[in-house]
Amino acid sequence: MAQYWNIFNQLQVATTPDLGPPIADEYNRIKFGRISKLVGWFGNAQLGPLYLGKLGVASLIFGFIAIEIIGLNMWASVNWSLREFIRQLPWLALEPPAPSNGLRLPPLNQGGWWLLAGATLSTSILLWWWRTFRRAKALGMGTHLAWAFGAAIWLYLVLGFFRPILMGSWGEAVPFGIFPHLDWTAALSIRYGNLFYNPFHALSIVFLYGSTLLFAMHGATVLALSHLGGEREVGQVVDRGTAGERGALFWRWTMGFNATFESIHRWAWWFAVLCPLTGGIGIILTGTAVDNWYLWAVKHNFATQYPASYRTGPDPATLPGADRFEVKP
Amino acid sequence: MRKTYLKALGALLGVALTVFIARTYHRVTTVQRGYPGLAMEVLETNVALEKRLADNKLPFALPPAPPGGALAVDTYQNVQVLGHLTTAEVTRLMTAMTLWVAPAQGCAYCHAPQRDEAGNIKRDEDGLPLADPNKLGSDELYTKQVARRMLQMTMHINQDWKNHVQDTGVTCYTCHRGQPVPPNIWFNPSGDPLANRALGGRGSQNSPSKSVGYTSLPADPFSHFLVAGADNIRVQTTTALPGSNPGNTKKTEATYGLMMHFSDSLAVNCTYCHNSNSWSSWPSSPLARGTAWYGIRMVRDLNSRYLEPLAGTFPPERLGPTGDGPKLNCATCHNQAFKPLLGQSMLKDYVVLAEAKPQPAKTVVPEPAPEPSVDNPEPAASEPAPGPPGPGSPAPGEVPAPQQP
Repeated sequence: MAQYWNIFNQLQVATTPDLGPPIADEYNRIKFGRISKLVGWFGNAQLGPLYLGKLGVASLIFGFIAIEIIGLNMWASVNWSLREFIRQLPWLALEPPAPSNGLRLPPLNQGGWWLLAGATLSTSILLWWWRTFRRAKALGMGTHLAWAFGAAIWLYLVLGFFRPILMGSWGEAVPFGIFPHLDWTAALSIRYGNLFYNPFHALSIVFLYGSTLLFAMHGATVLALSHLGGEREVGQVVDRGTAGERGALFWRWTMGFNATFESIHRWAWWFAVLCPLTGGIGIILTGTAVDNWYLWAVKHNFATQYPASYRTGPDPATLPGADRFEVKP
Repeated sequence: MRKTYLKALGALLGVALTVFIARTYHRVTTVQRGYPGLAMEVLETNVALEKRLADNKLPFALPPAPPGGALAVDTYQNVQVLGHLTTAEVTRLMTAMTLWVAPAQGCAYCHAPQRDEAGNIKRDEDGLPLADPNKLGSDELYTKQVARRMLQMTMHINQDWKNHVQDTGVTCYTCHRGQPVPPNIWFNPSGDPLANRALGGRGSQNSPSKSVGYTSLPADPFSHFLVAGADNIRVQTTTALPGSNPGNTKKTEATYGLMMHFSDSLAVNCTYCHNSNSWSSWPSSPLARGTAWYGIRMVRDLNSRYLEPLAGTFPPERLGPTGDGPKLNCATCHNQAFKPLLGQSMLKDYVVLAEAKPQPAKTVVPEPAPEPSVDNPEPAASEPAPGPPGPGSPAPGEVPAPQQP
């Protein structure tokens, strides 16, 4: 059995590069490609042709500027020490302006760089989105990929653009940084009464975990049929064999129902797309429509109150004479 | 053949993993503190537990002072805090304070040293300065002045902050742990040196800092939350819908940083004081949260009334980067234990520290006695090791001076 458990591709096609089917815009098509054995271990052995185009180049330029702004600010924050930059990198960040700044343009070193980095990064991402849309069109494909990417961009823009504007403060946005954006996430959840009780957050998690489950089911099914040609999509047309039937029957045996070879991809696409779509809805409602998700969930009988089973006490600040414990300046 | 090797390797890995999991499980002690299944529990590795027990052994209690005898106010000069105690009680307390605070430095850490005619400090065979038995009342050394204030602070804590320290109370040892400067103190940060440059300003966050448990949270919760007129710690809204709470996510990061300090100082996790489903809810918070509420106010009180005003008394090398004096936070007393010294009371052996008393007037003696007046001993102080020429052996001679352990 072990021969079916491979990390690398077992078969590689080594021939002249395939430039693909004819397209409408033959004049602009790039006629370059080469065969790489290394690449062939992981996927198709052919590298290229790579189409960058004006959108791709513009996207890379804006992306480069954004990364430079973020990286140089991080490096400057350790006083240009390369050693400290490497050592502290997970902690370093480019922070948004202070909340007191509202939506005004702040000085560069007090959040202005963050706005610039956000603007250039967003431009880069949107240009790249347009590129995925245009390339799909050029090949006569559907634009599913662009819309899936768009779902992720929606969540990104909610976090850093739409919600801060609705809240009236860039200070509500995410910092650029590895640990800082994680600590920010925890702080956001704490401030707004626990995102765990945000139903859209819950939906987002369902689709996130559901995506991994579906991906595992689909990947496992196809790999398990590879010795019957189950993964050879073109080959199935001329010699289908029984791979598909076996895979389908397996799932009917185990759970009474099976997705088809086409519908499984719709399942996967919708689960993946709904994860950031619902997540973005949950975030955009946070602080704008709901300020404490736990209390909101209690109010709507969505949260369970468990017995404390330990001693609790009143809020000392509400007890008579509490004010004498406060130390005035 | 190859298959056999693979199988053997797989079996070996399985056994190793099982042993690893089993060992890890047995290395952790879990105490469930809430309703089942809600993660209201305290986790602790056995190694950390053992270390905590070892770190929090009490020093031996000195034998009680013999009853009776003259009051310190009559025996010594310049007694401002302990004059109501008997001379024997004061001597015992001085001895204890030397043990708790300056065991390696001795009496002359706080009391004026003996000098020869040329003004050079006299030292014992170990090179430690000798305290001058005739100048015990002198406030020449700053440590003496600080120690007096710290004695008052200790009494104030035990008397007025029972909401936090209860009857367990505190002594000098709670914080000092045998060191002139307590292991856990804080200063105001020097500010962001890069704030005025073109780029790279990061306020006081996003750098690995022990004060907030090595998170990227704002690293200075102390000067914001543990001083007089501090920022409000509470950030959650008490209504479901918006409108009432001006707090924001950045402010929450600051509060979160303070909470990391609490957690680190007491070596507890969040659920020691909170039910994490709703941090702000008092009906679901364990009782310890109320104790912490008073502790926060106690620290603010002590910093603003006792520590900060001492900044002018300390020499420059004891001050922080902005010229402020050392201040205290949760870790100063707790020292990584949920209760300082794991809740063992030293105060019961040193009840003279339980409260401040009005100082009696000196007994009027009809005619001045010809014998040399003797100064009074006073508390030892908070000081770091490399500091001033510290050490001193027992005040020599006949005087009722602090005695060396």
